Amino acid sequence: MREKLQIAGRVFQSRLIFGTGGFTSLKVMGDALKQTGAEMVTVAMRRVDPMAGGSILEVIESAGCDILPNTAGCYTAADAVFTARMAREALGTEWIKLEVIGDDKTLLPDGPELLAAAETLVDEGFIVLPYTNDDPILAKRLEQVGCAAVMPLGSPIGSGAGIRNPYNLAIILENAGVPVVLDAGIGTASHATIAMELGCDAVLVASSISRAKDPVRMAMAMKMAVESGRLAHEAGRIPQRLYAEASSPTEGMPEYNRDG
Amino acid sequence: MNLKLNGEQRRVEAGSSIPDVLAILGFEVTRGVAVAVDGEVIPRSGWDSFLIRDGMQIEVLRAVQGG
Repeated sequence: MREKLQIAGRVFQSRLIFGTGGFTSLKVMGDALKQTGAEMVTVAMRRVDPMAGGSILEVIESAGCDILPNTAGCYTAADAVFTARMAREALGTEWIKLEVIGDDKTLLPDGPELLAAAETLVDEGFIVLPYTNDDPILAKRLEQVGCAAVMPLGSPIGSGAGIRNPYNLAIILENAGVPVVLDAGIGTASHATIAMELGCDAVLVASSISRAKDPVRMAMAMKMAVESGRLAHEAGRIPQRLYAEASSPTEGMPEYNRDG
Repeated sequence: MNLKLNGEQRRVEAGSSIPDVLAILGFEVTRGVAVAVDGEVIPRSGWDSFLIRDGMQIEVLRAVQGG
């Protein structure tokens, strides 16, 4: 029996969390979403023209997915807490992907603000999934204040640069008592596989699918990549060596005629 | 009275309710919409009875695509 992803008591069949940012249309988004098999889907909260066509909620719900609102674009704990409260009221969910960023060039998390917001939201009964730096100490602190998972970045949001610090990620994984979701930086399928091979419990994939030339095809690739990486992790890889280790038997070799 | 509605100054009739304000913005369906007044989230159950006063700042947010 294979172990399933479990966050805050909710069991997921899929280890891929689907980010909806960057799709050119709701149709493409919906088609890509179905290919991934994801069960949890992010949304942002914004002022919006009510006349703007289409409802993202309908697309997500028709795919049978849970909604994970985020606090993207917030620079302070206060703004993130406000956005989370608005999301809870609008969408009727306690779940929140907490993002508090430090600047708009790197979109890297602001550690002190993030931790403060996490603490407040946990106290208010939210299920907090913080987007965090690949910093083992901050990840531990977030867990200690009651976050349901930690979501370290592989590299900056939308950079597609993969996992820049697998060593820090390994430390986060070793220390974590809650699920670790790799968030941000995945550019292509192999990055998702590496995250899962390293032992991440899930990955959050957005731009790599939505901004691919063919998002629906990339969605298929990501589903397989996540599954492959997880299987490889469970199977237990061979150790890396500097020198070769023969795979064919060294016993029973014939005596070769080396004179002729 | 004057309100700041999603960052824009708007003039509305005195005694307008939150549903009135949402109608001004053009919301026909208010599912998935949250409203805050002066930074405080107003639960849907309190929309009809909430007394909007001159100079209040109202934010209306809803879910959009975002990672």
